[in-house]
Amino acid sequence: MTAQIIVNNLHKYFGKLEVLKGISLEIQRGQVVCVIGPSGSGKSTFLRCINRLEEPTHGDITVDDILITDPKVDLNKVRRNIGMVFQQFNLFPHLTAKQNIMLAPLELKLKPKREIEQKALELLERVGLSEKADVRPRQLSGGQQQRVAIARALAMEPDIMLFDEPTSALDPEMVGEVLAVMKELASIGMTMVVVTHEMGFARDVADRVLFMDGGIIMEEAPPAEMFSNPKNPRTIEFLNKVL
Amino acid sequence: MNLGKVFGEVSPLLFQGLWITLEVTVLSLLMAFILGLCSCFMALSKRAVLRGLSKVYVGIIRGTPLLVQVIYIQYAIPQLLQYAGFDVRFTPFFAGFVTLTLNAGAYLSEIFRGAINAVNPGQMEAARSLGLSHAQAMKIVVLPQALRICLPSLVNQFIITLKDSSLISVIGLADIMYQAKIYVGRSMESFATYTWVALFYFVIIAILSHISKTVEKKVMI
Repeated sequence: MTAQIIVNNLHKYFGKLEVLKGISLEIQRGQVVCVIGPSGSGKSTFLRCINRLEEPTHGDITVDDILITDPKVDLNKVRRNIGMVFQQFNLFPHLTAKQNIMLAPLELKLKPKREIEQKALELLERVGLSEKADVRPRQLSGGQQQRVAIARALAMEPDIMLFDEPTSALDPEMVGEVLAVMKELASIGMTMVVVTHEMGFARDVADRVLFMDGGIIMEEAPPAEMFSNPKNPRTIEFLNKVL
Repeated sequence: MNLGKVFGEVSPLLFQGLWITLEVTVLSLLMAFILGLCSCFMALSKRAVLRGLSKVYVGIIRGTPLLVQVIYIQYAIPQLLQYAGFDVRFTPFFAGFVTLTLNAGAYLSEIFRGAINAVNPGQMEAARSLGLSHAQAMKIVVLPQALRICLPSLVNQFIITLKDSSLISVIGLADIMYQAKIYVGRSMESFATYTWVALFYFVIIAILSHISKTVEKKVMI
């Protein structure tokens, strides 16, 4: 069986600055991959290339057998299948939690409105926020906003979820509630790529952990091995600082 | 000092003029809103030609006084058209309408552009990541927020245009200012008449400001 996400020799320049210096990687269906590494190592850029929020400079990315780096690809269609959760939540502030979740399925006319609304309410229940359906993002805590953002991404029924430091903007006591939702997703077999500083989450939930530094994957291992027996000196130095 | 007596005589004229003032202002602003949005999207376009066109338009309007613009449209353009073989004359209302539309459109274009740029780029990214096209994301995510952001500047531009419409009286549009000038010519009551004119504008704008504050409170997020 071919991998669900195949990244081949991915390079990304911002102007003259080379941020990704040749990333190659395969992710199987249902795998949870955590990407760790210092700031500026290219983790987020790598993640954002997977749904082409960043335009790769060269290299290929294949998702579900579709070459998404093909200039002719229907990006909007590809992206429906790849949910994304942002560090800053990016909820739509002028809409309620429920409207946030319903917006894209409604605009894209994926289903009748009643079904979309039903689904939105189910998702809110799933992330534990049923009572917040008609509340605007401003009145929600960071953790609640991020859970709504996850529900919003799930409303498109994606096969893959990308998480870009989903807990980095949260107060410490709210990290747990977001990670719990992510764990639940992992347990039902969602393919997930998670850029994170939460080493505990990576250890408990990830199938593989990637350590990135300077635009390349320095080390890749199952979490047990990565955290107890890292090989690369840079990995050792980094883990010593954060653990 | 015959404020009372003058009011009795001049107010029917001023109300007549007020109607014209409001008519030309409201019509111009409606068109300017559309023109401003178009020019703003051109300014934000990927195509250099469209960006350039918008820039030239805004540059010309901003770089010339409204008084020159209105006289230009009323007298200079028809002459140019005559040279080209067309015998065209504009009514003062039409020339005033076109001038105010072009003028306010340019300023609104800049206001809209600023507001769209002020919406957090994360909003566009979040919408695109859900599979919406650029146009869909613009329409249902970015624009609703941008309009809220620019509401105060928008109202400000409406007020400026309303006041600027008094300049159209120089080409003979029978607005408040025009009626006042005629009356003063007859009665020599400059002080009383123009005091009433100023008060007329002041009251309309106070009402406008009040309405806009109420609206602002309602739609703020």
